[in-house]
Amino acid sequence: MGSIDRRHFLRRAQHLVAGLAGGALGGTLPAAADTTLAQGAPASGYGARSRFETIKRWITPSRYPTATASWTPLAELEGVVTPSALHYERHHGGVPDIDPQAHRLLVHGRVARPLEFTIDDLRRFPLVQRLCFLECSGNGYREWTGPGGADVQQTHGLTSCSEWAGARLADVLAECGIEPDARWVLAEGADGAAMTRSIPLDKCLDDVILAYAQNGEALRPEQGYPLRLLVPGFEGSISVKWLRRLKLGTQAWRTREETSKYTDLLPDGSAREFSFVMEAKSVITRPSPGGAPLAPGFHEIRGLAWSGRGRVARVEVTTDGGQTWQEARLHGPVLPVCHTRFTLPWRWDGGATTIASRCHDETGYVQPTRAALRSVRGDHSFYHYNGIQYWQVDGDGRLRNA
Amino acid sequence: MPALVATGVACADAGDDRRYGLGHSAAPAHIAAQDIAIAPDGAELPPGKGDARTGAAIYAARCAACHGASGREGPDPVLVGGRGSLASAAPLQTIGSYWPYATTVYDYVHRAMPFTAPGSLTADEVYAVTAFLLHANGIIEVDTVLDRDTLPAIVMPNRDGFVPDPRPDLP
Repeated sequence: MGSIDRRHFLRRAQHLVAGLAGGALGGTLPAAADTTLAQGAPASGYGARSRFETIKRWITPSRYPTATASWTPLAELEGVVTPSALHYERHHGGVPDIDPQAHRLLVHGRVARPLEFTIDDLRRFPLVQRLCFLECSGNGYREWTGPGGADVQQTHGLTSCSEWAGARLADVLAECGIEPDARWVLAEGADGAAMTRSIPLDKCLDDVILAYAQNGEALRPEQGYPLRLLVPGFEGSISVKWLRRLKLGTQAWRTREETSKYTDLLPDGSAREFSFVMEAKSVITRPSPGGAPLAPGFHEIRGLAWSGRGRVARVEVTTDGGQTWQEARLHGPVLPVCHTRFTLPWRWDGGATTIASRCHDETGYVQPTRAALRSVRGDHSFYHYNGIQYWQVDGDGRLRNA
Repeated sequence: MPALVATGVACADAGDDRRYGLGHSAAPAHIAAQDIAIAPDGAELPPGKGDARTGAAIYAARCAACHGASGREGPDPVLVGGRGSLASAAPLQTIGSYWPYATTVYDYVHRAMPFTAPGSLTADEVYAVTAFLLHANGIIEVDTVLDRDTLPAIVMPNRDGFVPDPRPDLP
């Protein structure tokens, strides 16, 4: 589409909005409020969002508010960075209140020199930083057996994306002297669940970060302050928050969170373990259920795509229930293991239809349908759902999970 | 920080390949206090012991409010039953039907339970509660005493039930 066309679309969209607000397409608007006649608020030490902005995480109802999840409001966000205050949460024993001066990281086990590090010590190691998504492997768990979540926050809100900064885990492990027989690393949090996961040493030596900063400032308490692991591309629970201990060993520990939980039960009664990578996925965030009903005319379809195996290569969008797929525009930079924003201009004719997106990653993997996933994994999987998400557009302009 | 011993001098030691000379020698007492993760070999299991009879009373007092009187009622994760159900239309994933290693029960109860007071059970109490749960699942006898030697020797019914991740599993 040329820029003239785009401007034309934009103008049409503005007219459409004006029409909705003023009662007629092309009608006039009431005068804007004038805030120029008095001093505004003074400068502030730590900013807060406008009082008119109210989006928030949706918290899964639970008898145990310290062992639940909160979901990012993806429909209302733009770009690829999730504001830290809206990054999804999944806690197993609440958010501990940690004084960074009193916090230690202990590295021991199959190392030549067991060492303890303060946060200040870790900040002296060479910096590593990257934009990277984190996704809970339970993201989309309601969708396995059919449309589940009411809106995109409840279907896909357990993924978020931040710029993380910290020390390279490989550097810190090398400082301790890795024994030749070490194969696994146990990571343990300082929370009420003393959350533990086993991570292959090879991954730890590849790209794992001991993160102390998120989006330019110290981690938020609910994101692991003062120190968390950041394990790119792997299911979120591996990126252990409030990290207090790493132990190197020859075998996996088979913790509760990698046996009883975060495993995938198959139809024959066997279960997959150590399903680490979050496979390619995408979702249309606008329009999506819960927003204002669509009016016929121009709408830019917007969404997010990501893959734990690398870069997003392509995103296709269907606006006719999967009969035809169009190439969406990717808004760069397209980074590996990072949310990628896509858009596609769309003119809704007012008829009922179904819209969806489909992600291809750089390995050639294509986001599957729900039916394809269930054909392999059966009816009792809970984690690692990455099926294509369809939104039904009804004739009245309302959307719902299909 | 008196508990942390600076080791910058050690960088000059022969055979020390440290690149940055950062960090502090970990005090053995610090390691011992935190080395609580129990792998399937049970090497880190502490001294102590317990059996199902002792465990029944502890379970009733500390666990039953959430997991039910017998471990089958819930409301929170059902711990008992489900043997043979995993391939059925209604699989029930419990300690007895699903968990591959008994050491994981000790590890998790010790570190994370009871939910309202994690880490509050003594080693004897954790051995006893573990024995109660394994006996309730028909895995050990009521008078089996669990300790650092007997616990890792238990072969759970679903020990061989797990397979490596084969993904991508779709073209």
